[in-house]
Amino acid sequence: MTRTIRIECLRYHPETDAEPRLQAYEVPFTDDMSVLQGLQYIKDHLDGSLTFRWSCRMAICGSCGQMVNGVPRLGCETFLREFWPGTVRVEPLEHFPIVRDLAIDQSDFLAKLESVKPYLVQKAPPAGENTNLQAPEEMQAYYRYSKCINYLLCYAACPQYGLNPAFTGPAALTLLHRYNADSRDAGRAQRMPVVNQEDGVWGCTLVGYCSEVCPKDVDPARAVNQNKVNSTLDYFKHFLFPRAKEKS
Amino acid sequence: MAGWWKRHPYYLWYMLREASCVFITAYALILLWGLRRLAQGEGPFEDWLESLGTPGSLAFHALALPVVLYHAWTWFKVMPKTLPDTRLPAAAIVAGGVAASAACSAALLVAVWWFGLWSVP
Amino acid sequence: MKRSNKPIFWALFGAGGMLSALVGPMLIFITGLAVPLGWLDRETMRYERVLAFAQSGAGKLAIVAVISLFLFHGCHRMYHCLHDFGIHVGRGLKAAFHGFAAAGTVAAIVLVLAV
Repeated sequence: MTRTIRIECLRYHPETDAEPRLQAYEVPFTDDMSVLQGLQYIKDHLDGSLTFRWSCRMAICGSCGQMVNGVPRLGCETFLREFWPGTVRVEPLEHFPIVRDLAIDQSDFLAKLESVKPYLVQKAPPAGENTNLQAPEEMQAYYRYSKCINYLLCYAACPQYGLNPAFTGPAALTLLHRYNADSRDAGRAQRMPVVNQEDGVWGCTLVGYCSEVCPKDVDPARAVNQNKVNSTLDYFKHFLFPRAKEKS
Repeated sequence: MAGWWKRHPYYLWYMLREASCVFITAYALILLWGLRRLAQGEGPFEDWLESLGTPGSLAFHALALPVVLYHAWTWFKVMPKTLPDTRLPAAAIVAGGVAASAACSAALLVAVWWFGLWSVP
Repeated sequence: MKRSNKPIFWALFGAGGMLSALVGPMLIFITGLAVPLGWLDRETMRYERVLAFAQSGAGKLAIVAVISLFLFHGCHRMYHCLHDFGIHVGRGLKAAFHGFAAAGTVAAIVLVLAV
């Protein structure tokens, strides 16, 4: 059965528009259509100038994060039927500059992601082997955090990032923890300075909404807050044994 | 970001949790004041006890109680995130915290009650 | 990257948060409602009895722990609250909040030693 729903999209072209505005479209939809498909319908049939990012349309690529009626969600796994007969308001993710319409500028996050060295800083494999073996329980220590694919919904959910854009933020700190918690990694000493600074884990007040909106159940709030404990231990260790070499 | 806490009920609950700090601080100051009155002698201490019974004080404590209870609940609710990684399920950690709080509260009440009923000055 | 000194205050905040979550509601109930309203015998908080408690070693420790940690917990959260309300908290104000809790702690220690 085809019904019609009203989708309001935030439109903004920073080079020519004085300020963002909402534009409404009447979109025919079926029960199996997502918000992303609604946007694609608009672009194909109603207004080719509407700009938004998407790729996989199955909740694994991390492109189509948007504010849907004020909540950070993935356009591809949010269904239009949920909102009918009401209106759907689609806006770009909170706290990020707008490139155009629904597409945000992620540069700030990408710089932060780079700063946490989100890769294995390898230590030499054990003598006589050319791989680092890992037991299942060692994998469990980081597996959950490795599922983060940078949707940035957590940043849009984080008022502390909104209040202080210098805050390293949930996803970058979570990926930092993901590598620190990996038995094959030797980069902890290089990453702890990011954790320990005022804008590292200490920028977090455990609002916890980041973990609520995470579509992959990564629980960034948990990763960040465990590192408050780690940072505190690191602080007192540094205070008591200032000359001790940082253990990797 | 002005008024951001009004954007979602989740943020309002967070702000209520944070607001509990006002009551906890004020309560600590009331106790500190009582300690000062205790150090000054029986008369001043009785005055302080008397002041706890005024409508203003009763209203403050009646409001502080549910807010601090809410603080306690949120404190245990986030414990699975603040404790170092364990194998315990999150629900068990929360339940453990709540049970510990209930046990401490019961012990405190019983101690005070017992103390109040049988202790000889 | 400058190391934050938050760990000290966060540890005190955490200790106060835990203590207030464990005994805060019941303490408020007893001293603020039950005794003043007579639900618990008024004798419970009679001068001699509270004095005896405050003169015992464990009593002194308990009194200082509750007052000091509640203050550190509350003051730490309070300046975060200001930040949440968009009020910029500079170093001075931050120090004032922690200084207030520290002053309260010193006062509590001086007083329990005096009784």
